[in-house]
Amino acid sequence: MTAISAKPKVQAEPAKRVQFDNALLPWLFLLPQLAVIVVFFYWPSVQAVQSSFFIEDPFGFGSTFVGMANYADALASREYRRIASFTAVFTVLVTFLSLAIGLLLAVKADAVIRGASAYKTLLISVYAIAPPVAGLIGMMFFDMHIGPFVQMAAWFGWNMQVGLNYFDTAFAMVFVSVWKQIPYNFIFFLSGLQAVPVSVREAAFIDCKNGWRRFRTVTLPLLMPTAFFLLIINITYALFDTFGIIDVMVKDKPANNPITLVYKVYNDGFRGNDLGGSSAQSVILMVVVFALTIVQFRFLEKRIHYG
Amino acid sequence: MKTTASIALLALGFSSVTATAQSTGITWWHGMGGANAEVINQLSTKFNEAQSECAITPISKGTYEEALASGIAAFRSGEQPNILQVFDAGAATIINAPGAVIPAEDLITGAGHTFDREAFIEGVRYFYADSEGKFVGMPFNSSAPIMYINTEAFEKAGFDVPKTWEEFEASAPALKEAGFIPMTASQLTWQFTENFFSRHNIQFATNNNGYDSVEGTEMNLTDPNLIHMFEKLAEWKDAGLFAYYGAGWADNQTPFEQGKVAMWIGSSGSFGGLQKTASMPFSATFLPYWDSVEGAGTNTFIGGAALFAMSGKSDAENACTASFFQFLTSPEIQKFYHQATGYVAITEAAYELAKSEGWYEQQPVAEVGIQQLMLPSGEWSKGYRLGFYPQIRSIMEREYNRIFAGETTVQEAFETIKTEGDALLARFAQTAG
Repeated sequence: MTAISAKPKVQAEPAKRVQFDNALLPWLFLLPQLAVIVVFFYWPSVQAVQSSFFIEDPFGFGSTFVGMANYADALASREYRRIASFTAVFTVLVTFLSLAIGLLLAVKADAVIRGASAYKTLLISVYAIAPPVAGLIGMMFFDMHIGPFVQMAAWFGWNMQVGLNYFDTAFAMVFVSVWKQIPYNFIFFLSGLQAVPVSVREAAFIDCKNGWRRFRTVTLPLLMPTAFFLLIINITYALFDTFGIIDVMVKDKPANNPITLVYKVYNDGFRGNDLGGSSAQSVILMVVVFALTIVQFRFLEKRIHYG
Repeated sequence: MKTTASIALLALGFSSVTATAQSTGITWWHGMGGANAEVINQLSTKFNEAQSECAITPISKGTYEEALASGIAAFRSGEQPNILQVFDAGAATIINAPGAVIPAEDLITGAGHTFDREAFIEGVRYFYADSEGKFVGMPFNSSAPIMYINTEAFEKAGFDVPKTWEEFEASAPALKEAGFIPMTASQLTWQFTENFFSRHNIQFATNNNGYDSVEGTEMNLTDPNLIHMFEKLAEWKDAGLFAYYGAGWADNQTPFEQGKVAMWIGSSGSFGGLQKTASMPFSATFLPYWDSVEGAGTNTFIGGAALFAMSGKSDAENACTASFFQFLTSPEIQKFYHQATGYVAITEAAYELAKSEGWYEQQPVAEVGIQQLMLPSGEWSKGYRLGFYPQIRSIMEREYNRIFAGETTVQEAFETIKTEGDALLARFAQTAG
């Protein structure tokens, strides 16, 4: 952040360049933003890194330096690895499904002419639901005793037991998480589609009769900047923002149900009062997300054409 | 006329402000919600009205776990409340942090009151005490795992309510024949593990169930009797005599409320709620035990939570905390709390008072929990003190789900819990050391 803002030497358009008489002035303008980042991001991160090397009693009376033992404990734990692999599968599924369905709905809604705004409002409104509420609604749909989805599954001979059967709970979690995220993707894809110039569409229409091919070769490349942005947002969503949904769906007691790494960090740190172990896990997560973001920007973004 | 009235009101308001300014304020963080939080507010109001030196303010911090986490975070930044409510499984965390709390008994005697350990009922006396029996936490809301009975189911099946698991095995098939699920249970960790040890008077952990030291404490989770209990549960589940709906409390309670289940093991504190939700008449009895285990039939550990006086407060505030603890244990207040919530009365005097007023003749179910806690205690039914215990419970919940999903055997599950649990205890010993 600071590195970028400290490089005013880049050749910009003269008209856009802002001149400051005083060298300190730009820093002064940046100060509130920097303060927020330092206080709410860097400082806690440094604290997490620091306490990840210690075993500490929760009340802070004494701490013992244990080096990398907290990391070794986490990575050697079969349970931790099981949760990590579930997190990976969950993230891929939620990201892929919510992007794919969001895109499909956006394309279809874009084609609708009559009653378009009613459709759009209906599809967007789900986004206004807070994650715990979404989790609560999902939990009711999948409730073992009264859930309509469970009753529907029973017609097909599927004895669904969310909360007891690992696979069933995973299914319900992915379902609710995707459902919650579709409207967000829908809004962005729809506005992306509407930004495709009419002239380009018409030209493509003259050249090619096949709708799918037109979409694949003309519309999709033009949508890529939106899609890339959404990819990053959706991965972050699946990794972090699904916390509320998971918390409500496992009803405070994960037992053998699938949970994600973030939930494990919370569980060990805040419910188990194991600050060192929990910090080590959150540092691991931080490193993974950092690496993922670098990969995305270095390798994926190069293939994207910003119009 | 109107002005006189408003002046009078103003004066009244002013006098009440000065009254609070003179009194010492103390804070109480708790982890109760809904109707139980309301009762806590009522208790506080009663205390504030009963005297003028102290004013207590109760603040709900969410669940038990959230209350403990908030209390810890506040303590680290020097903003701790005077009183923190901590649940049974979190007791080791706070008691093993030397200097975080003032033992309740020291606080009360230090403020010039007398303290009589014997006034508390048997099952409550040791759980939050140190290994010498000194009260560290002040027992507050206390409960026992008891078995609720769908009376219609037993009438249909023509059997008596079982006292032991042997009797359960004899009557369960008839209950199934009559169209009921014979049994469900809401928290296996509490009802079939911790209290399996207390009810059968079997040692739960080394170092005197963890009371004597944190160093090298190990849990007795591969005890053949415990393994046998869970093998039976798994067998009963396969035979349709026991139904298991996961680790969630309500999922296992709901079918009982709907009248589908003959016996449900819950908490004595569930009584108040059940009265509103159960669709059929019900009664309750003690948690069953295996007659075949020698010495079985002892009392159970208390569940629920205790109040801890946090350190780092002024003498005046500590004196107020002490008088609030005194106030809470007075028979009248105990009786009020017992009747308003369904939690058991923790002193003999309060129990006798409720009894003499005929409360248990109207509400026989309300007496079951306290009677179970008053059963003769054994060497191993006094309590346990295990660090990181909330996490150990999570491991148990995970493995129990796996047992009933058929993913593991009972033996393997308990070996896993023991390995992971003992590792956590060793880790806790490191933090406390």
